Amino acid sequence: MAKSRSRKKEDELSVFDPSAHELVPKHEKLSDKEAKAFLEKYHATMKELPKIYINEPALRPLSVKAGDIIRITRKSRTAGETVFYRGVVDE
Amino acid sequence: MSTIFKQYEGKIPQQLLDEVKENLPAKITDAKLKKILEEVQQEYDAAVVDSGECVGLVCAESIGEPGTQMTLNTFHFAGVSEMNVTTGLPRLIEILDARKTIKSPMMEVYLKEPYKHGEDIKKVAEKIKETKFEEYIKEVTIDVVESTMTVTLNTDRMDLVDIKIDRLMKVLSKSLKGFTLKKTGEDILEIKSNSKDEPLKEVYRLREKIRTIYINGVRGVTQVLPVKRGEEYMIATAGSNLKAVLKMDEVDTTRTVSNDLYEVEEVFGIEAVREQAIREVIKVLDAQGISIDIRHILLVADAMTMAGHVQGISRYGIVKDKPSVLARASFETPLRHIFNAAMIGERDPLNSVIENVMLNQPVPVGTGLPGLITKVKQ
Repeated sequence: MAKSRSRKKEDELSVFDPSAHELVPKHEKLSDKEAKAFLEKYHATMKELPKIYINEPALRPLSVKAGDIIRITRKSRTAGETVFYRGVVDE
Repeated sequence: MSTIFKQYEGKIPQQLLDEVKENLPAKITDAKLKKILEEVQQEYDAAVVDSGECVGLVCAESIGEPGTQMTLNTFHFAGVSEMNVTTGLPRLIEILDARKTIKSPMMEVYLKEPYKHGEDIKKVAEKIKETKFEEYIKEVTIDVVESTMTVTLNTDRMDLVDIKIDRLMKVLSKSLKGFTLKKTGEDILEIKSNSKDEPLKEVYRLREKIRTIYINGVRGVTQVLPVKRGEEYMIATAGSNLKAVLKMDEVDTTRTVSNDLYEVEEVFGIEAVREQAIREVIKVLDAQGISIDIRHILLVADAMTMAGHVQGISRYGIVKDKPSVLARASFETPLRHIFNAAMIGERDPLNSVIENVMLNQPVPVGTGLPGLITKVKQ
């Protein structure tokens, strides 16, 4: 199997939108105001958040920059639906 | 009534609220409802993990103990003797270590209408399978005097995947440098070497080489197996290549998955990896008849995807990122970590558990976590 696992390498599949896939939960970008309120609420800094790379397949439909916060609404097996946050980083 | 429910949103998970809503008697006063919800919240709060609880340790114990009871064997895929699947402990280790190359990469290819009702399922399956020229050959003869090779093609096989002789010749001619390819009959190809010195030797060498020429299908998929799952048909494959398979028209791109976490990461992203890792672990445990609370598995999956890319529970994965030297040293290869830390003059603030255990100090877990703050009288 000759396949490239480089995160940076672009190919034809980079137009494919994975957000319709059942494995991929809903990703939303927080507005600046929401992001500020979120960080304040949890007394957190960007560095402490779980990360998501800027060239993630799931972020393709959104226009994001490093430092944004992504709200992920997951289907949870224990609580029905849960919200998770990730901070965008560039590599 | 709905206003009362609104008040509790965010305090109680939506699933519990819905459950309460469903089980309410038809007529209920607001006061009673309030009391019910209050009680639900109390119960919920009591069930929430306390801050400072060492969930990681509990998780490790809870997965580790049943893990000792798992079988070490691989077993055969239902009904088909040739398809080997890694299961049990080896597979669990594979997932949790986030191995780059897994022993049995597989895909579950779901199909769109109308293929999912079993129409042309065999044809679609054959289309996915990586096919070498070997499979289209019925017979090969070599004429020693003329130094030519005659290939009789397997037309049944060609019809199955709708491939024409012209198409075959086109693909073949690309990899046949120094040979002349000629069609001499409906299903007969003649190959002659252009070499002047030893044409016969060349032809003999080609006879072996020609078998392995890639003709069509998805590269990497070695076996295909149409399976009926519930009402619909899908195709299980041995060998995985999500990118290529998702480009096919027949394939349902919203459900097709691979068991290779790195491939899932590349195509669907980190959140998909988390979900797929959970599913794969559950699959292994279910097959072994072991029940582990799902929360432990969720925690592991979260830890593995925290950094934005897949990391195994290994010294190259999540342990590498631990800020404390002593914590890293306590996992594997202690001397290397200590030497490296000494060389660059690393500091260890002793913020976490294991380093404090080593130094015989109270660990920041449970009641050891909070410090005391006194208000100085002025």
